[in-house]
Amino acid sequence: MIKKTIIFPALLIMVFFCISQETASDLIAIKGATIIPVAGEDIPEGDILIRQGLIEDLGKDINIPLNARVIAAKGLYAYPGMIDSLCYLGLSEIMVLRSTVDHRETGRINPQLKTVEALRPDSVHIPIARANGITAALVAPSGSLITGQSGLIRLVGWTPEEMVIKSPVAMHIEFPSLPRRFGERETEPCEESSKRVEELKKILNDARYYAKRKEVARKNLLFPFPEFDEGLEFLIPVVKGELPAMISVHMEKDIKAAIKFVEEEKIKAIFFGVEQGWRVAEDLKKAGIPVILSSLNNMPPEWEDGYDGIYRNAAVLHKAGVKFAFSSQSSSMAKDLPYHAAKAAAFGLERKEALKGVTINPAEMLGVNHLMGSLERGKIANIVLADGDILELRTNIKHVFIDGKEMDLSTKFTRLLEKFKKRN
Amino acid sequence: MKKNIMSLIIWISLLVIPVLISGQNLLIKNGTVLTVTKGTIPKGDILILDGIIKRIGENLEAPEGVRVVDASGRYVIPGIIDSHTHIAITAVNEGSEAVTPEVRIRDVLNAEDTAIYTALSGGVTMIHTMHGSGNPIGGQNIVLKMKWGRPAEEMIVPEAFRTLKFALGENVKQANFYTPVLRYPQSRMGVNAIIRRELLKAKNYMEQWDRYLKVKKSKKSAKILLPPRKNLRMEALADVLRGKMMARCHSYRADETLEFINLSKELGFKIACFEHASEAFKIAKELSAERIGISIFLDNWAYKIEAYEGIAYNAAYCTKKGVLVSINSDSSERIRRLFNDAAKAMKYGGLSEEEALKLITINPAIQLGVERIAGSLEVNKHGDIAIFNEHPLSAYTRCEMTIIEGEVYFDRAQYLKEREEMTKKKPNEEKKKKGEEI
Repeated sequence: MIKKTIIFPALLIMVFFCISQETASDLIAIKGATIIPVAGEDIPEGDILIRQGLIEDLGKDINIPLNARVIAAKGLYAYPGMIDSLCYLGLSEIMVLRSTVDHRETGRINPQLKTVEALRPDSVHIPIARANGITAALVAPSGSLITGQSGLIRLVGWTPEEMVIKSPVAMHIEFPSLPRRFGERETEPCEESSKRVEELKKILNDARYYAKRKEVARKNLLFPFPEFDEGLEFLIPVVKGELPAMISVHMEKDIKAAIKFVEEEKIKAIFFGVEQGWRVAEDLKKAGIPVILSSLNNMPPEWEDGYDGIYRNAAVLHKAGVKFAFSSQSSSMAKDLPYHAAKAAAFGLERKEALKGVTINPAEMLGVNHLMGSLERGKIANIVLADGDILELRTNIKHVFIDGKEMDLSTKFTRLLEKFKKRN
Repeated sequence: MKKNIMSLIIWISLLVIPVLISGQNLLIKNGTVLTVTKGTIPKGDILILDGIIKRIGENLEAPEGVRVVDASGRYVIPGIIDSHTHIAITAVNEGSEAVTPEVRIRDVLNAEDTAIYTALSGGVTMIHTMHGSGNPIGGQNIVLKMKWGRPAEEMIVPEAFRTLKFALGENVKQANFYTPVLRYPQSRMGVNAIIRRELLKAKNYMEQWDRYLKVKKSKKSAKILLPPRKNLRMEALADVLRGKMMARCHSYRADETLEFINLSKELGFKIACFEHASEAFKIAKELSAERIGISIFLDNWAYKIEAYEGIAYNAAYCTKKGVLVSINSDSSERIRRLFNDAAKAMKYGGLSEEEALKLITINPAIQLGVERIAGSLEVNKHGDIAIFNEHPLSAYTRCEMTIIEGEVYFDRAQYLKEREEMTKKKPNEEKKKKGEEI
């Protein structure tokens, strides 16, 4: 009799404990927000249910369990977390201090480099970008020819490993630029630069041959197994079409040459930069190559592009049917990603398409659209609650969720401000 | 007879000069007029005659022959002023020596710098173009209007303060780049010491001249008395000590900023403004008490260690503490989006729309000493105006027209028209070229 009276309340407590544990971190209900799912129509005053890091349900009048932690979001707007398609977050802390910069290696052929292995989770720039609604970012290498492998990270984590969503995402290649005219003077002889494209083609060809030799040697003991070649080994997934090449290319002539290069080499490719893409939008569309635009704060490469050449690029590309995404190309200014999209909208791009350029478009290009990029059932709960349009300069971000966990929005900015507010 | 000719010359010049310096006539109609200092007129008109704003109000009629710009649905603001740039010049730093106050930016103006057009495309009508930050005591700066297509002499704003560039910290220490030979100073101690040394030299120079002039006046002077040797470097610094020229001091850290204020008191010169002042929020109290303004980036930071505490709240926080703040570009690119930076001061620190707009209009005007002619839309000020398609503090906005003294220097509609004509022309030209090749 005594036993029973003990067991029953104990069971009750245990059940309650289990439920309350889920309540504490795993079950969150965002109520009454204007939901901008990016995929599909906006939902005025809708709810989002997050369970164990995923979006379980969203819409009007959805079932919300009693034990869910409720976030009253009336008057707020719910957006998918933004994705920065190319930046140096965690790789560059203070630009002029070499000791704090790790995205650039010496040498010209470095396919072996992985940016996520140099990641610094404690960078002050990560919480600042996060507090502005960016939840994932492609961290990329830079350099001179084949620069290394980029990775997609979530903007939270104690260790580099905890931050990695996907790595590698792409092999980064700086496409050799063809000679161009400055006035009457050619910058360099034509043969020089076409030789460099030939060099790139030869490297890929060598990688194919290297892969083939390994394959054949594995099957047939009579063939010698090739010596390990670092420069070729890591290019095998690229020539096999398993890993896309992210080709950094800027001028009209070069873009055309790069399209030809991709077609001849039969590799998967994404273009980066593409500042004169508007001049060759049809060619890009025909080739089906998506484009990650560099920072809209770059100046047009040529005076003839007009003052707004970079600003209207996205609108022209979109009109031609080219898939595009925006990037910050920075670490300290990664937080400004939404404003690049807004600038493109100021120069002809529909606002809805501008928003896609920082959400679903990059998710598709980077091969993670089944995980993020929009607010849909089953996707990771990367959600931003803002008091206005997320691309607007004055909008304040009120809550950020990454993998369904609410983020601390304090930053070096807020901490220093609070510290010196105390000084009278 | 001679007198008559003289008076004739004076009369003619009086008649001719206004024609030479006067601007254009223009009526801007039905825009949302953000005057910055006198509130907003929802559907307002601005009449500019001879380059000067004559009337601001509603339902103004255009005098005969005056061009009318329809601004309905658009936002009309005073031309944006950039308090710190290095555009429209062919040289920035005289890096051979650490002290070069005798060099003048006025001597290296470049009216053909395309950055002038870039500035116009972002609604900027006036800039302070400065010597670089390579030297503890740099050169003499100048204020220009962005009159693209005009000779440089016509761009100069004579009403502005005369200013001399000073610089502290990493740049003058040459900390972030390689130099084959080390130059004094290499530490912040040296920076202060060299500035003190040069100004003490200048005081000495002034005393020598005072003594010479005094003796010369007294008539008892020996005829063999020689004047002191004229020294242009010392002349420039003497002007600073006499208050004829003001210091604009490049300074990132709070501590070095305070030390420069101390120097100014010790030696007796005026500071117009601190440049960059990343850590101004740490010493807002002192800056406010000394009534010294700051000209800063809104949130460009962490590019070097002395900018690693330059928080985005700096502008709003200092404004609220009573410091005169302006947002500068210091760049031939950022200059076209100063209005975007101003908007960020609402997000970071909660400034009102009007306070945010002041950061790029009337505040820099005060810092440059041109608030009587520019920086807000008021009667009798110059007709320097920018027109935007949406509220200038929206991320979706775009500058449509930039006007200086009633003359349209940037017009997006015109630009689009010309661009279209260019693309129409192009195929023909290409055919021609091909024909030649054949």
